[in-house]
Amino acid sequence: MRDRLYFLLGPAFALTILFIVGLSFFAYEVPVALWAACGILGVAVFVYYTISQNNVTYVIKRSLESILTIWVIATLTFMLLRVLPGGPFDQEKALPPEVMANIEKKYQLDKPIYTQYWNYISGVAVADLGESYKYIGRNISDIVAETLPVSIQLGVYSLILAFILGIPAGLISAARHNTWVDSLTMGAAISGVALPSFLVAPVLILIFSFGLGWFEPALWEGPAYYVLPVIVLGTRPAAVIARLTRASVLEVIRADYIRTARAKGLSEKKILFKHVLKNSLIPVLTYSGPLAAGIITGTFIIEQIFAIPGMGKHLVNSVTNRDYPLILGTTLVFSLALVLANLVVDLLYSYFDPRIQLT
Amino acid sequence: MSSTITLEQPFDSTKSKKSSNSLWADGWRRLKKNKVAVVSAWIIVVTCLVGGLAEWLAPHPFDEQYIEHILQPPGSQFLLGTDNLGRDLLSRLIYGARMSMAVGILTAIISLIFGTLYGSVSGWLGGRVDSLMMRFIDILYSIPTLVLLILMKVIFDSIVLFENPELRALTGILAALSVVGWVTLARVVRGQVLQVKQMAYVESARALGAKGMWIVIRHVFPNILGPIVVLLTFQIPSNILYESFLSFLGLGLQPPYSSWGVLANEGWKSLRTYPHLMIAPGVALFITMLAFNLFGDGLRDAFDPQMKGR
Repeated sequence: MRDRLYFLLGPAFALTILFIVGLSFFAYEVPVALWAACGILGVAVFVYYTISQNNVTYVIKRSLESILTIWVIATLTFMLLRVLPGGPFDQEKALPPEVMANIEKKYQLDKPIYTQYWNYISGVAVADLGESYKYIGRNISDIVAETLPVSIQLGVYSLILAFILGIPAGLISAARHNTWVDSLTMGAAISGVALPSFLVAPVLILIFSFGLGWFEPALWEGPAYYVLPVIVLGTRPAAVIARLTRASVLEVIRADYIRTARAKGLSEKKILFKHVLKNSLIPVLTYSGPLAAGIITGTFIIEQIFAIPGMGKHLVNSVTNRDYPLILGTTLVFSLALVLANLVVDLLYSYFDPRIQLT
Repeated sequence: MSSTITLEQPFDSTKSKKSSNSLWADGWRRLKKNKVAVVSAWIIVVTCLVGGLAEWLAPHPFDEQYIEHILQPPGSQFLLGTDNLGRDLLSRLIYGARMSMAVGILTAIISLIFGTLYGSVSGWLGGRVDSLMMRFIDILYSIPTLVLLILMKVIFDSIVLFENPELRALTGILAALSVVGWVTLARVVRGQVLQVKQMAYVESARALGAKGMWIVIRHVFPNILGPIVVLLTFQIPSNILYESFLSFLGLGLQPPYSSWGVLANEGWKSLRTYPHLMIAPGVALFITMLAFNLFGDGLRDAFDPQMKGR
């Protein structure tokens, strides 16, 4: 009974996500009902999975730890910002002291540092990230709400590309170990690792945009705009995943249970897909947590080159502008994403390898 | 009778000499057999030499502007052409090699020192201290790399440590990259120390009355050197990459100095009309990155047989 429920929930959730990704890729409006269904299914899968694996206490413990981590990060970043030379309102021509005093009063920068800190932390606790210094009158939450979805969209497409390229490539390369297929795939993978994105991007733009005119070189408005940045962003992770998968598969192939499977007379294909693959995805999983968090919260360089209105821009420009609330806000969004991604990865470990006990 | 002789023969002739070779000599031999790794090593050596001897090798100074020769295509006077300020691209590329390699290698050394100290203390002491120290590393990991890099660069740029203008231009970026880089090394060193700590030879050293510090230096370090050296080889290209990232964004080295990232940034601005300005630093960067990665792979296969193929 429990298994049947799981086999219903998991694929349903995966299908909904795929459907949403597909719809959004071809620039259709995703209906609210679908988002709601996805959310409910996601929570259901998470709760069901946690309970069935006896991980409830673990999840609670990790959540409490995460809150602590985020508080420490908020504090650390807050302190780092006060060490930064130069203030948010420094200009080429110094402002008159009265004007400066007024500005500082508006943003409460004239208050002692512990008052500022207390105001900030108590704001974060109720998800109020304050007002931007640079974009006057705009809340950090609004800026994040406007730019983060674009970054998530770009990130999710790139992640999908990285997985559907990387894992099969690694698998094929390991299955054909020491043949020309292996050399070719791994040669491509190591080139992918060695190629910086800011070199791939111009080449692709020159060929496919200016030369052939297939895709758009900039902005983020439809499938023709998505292709190039997704390829550029997905290449490196795909290459890393291919290398990780190959190494891991080569190790798992030598394990005793694979020999047993062979002795049982299973076909090579069945062994590879049923026994080897699942067991060798652990290193890929470890890599995916930080990767997903980093890619989803925006990659500055890609967004810069392709003029994509994502959050990566704010992650970097806020520091140059000394826009304290925006730096803190975007940093916290990243940390939250990382903490969540790592939690999901840790929970998935015990799915891929039931011998792993979470404590 | 004769069969016993043939059985003993392999033991007292050449083979016994070979098996008495140390792990390092063994690894060295495996490395020399790996053609790809050898070629990569030579590429790295040559790039370092070119960077180090930039003053003698570069046909022109890196900041000299030839106003009447702006944006020239590759030709006989300027082998790779000139940029939009009339500076010789080949010379800037050669001086760029110096900056890029200096950043890559120096940062790796600084992070090696801090990472090894931190990681070995954490792993050796264990218990509460260890989990506290590791928690701090987790927190550093949770700050976006680019944000941490820029914050650190801005802070360290305001501190003047060197009189030499070239070194002064480098300090900010060196310090920033080291702050980001040592964390990975510390983690790996800790893991290795934890493993070695369980070994019988450490236990026997302790039973003989050796002090903690002595055991770490004499017994632990030599045994974790392999993985550290391998990791270091991968840290260098990642540092070069980060430097070029930052410089490409205009946040790294400041003009007139050139690194490959700076050149790529300048080339990117005129990509459509003068692609050679982007291609030259791009090719240099790609080949160097590839060489370091391939050499690192070879080094790992040779000196860390357990990790082979990863």
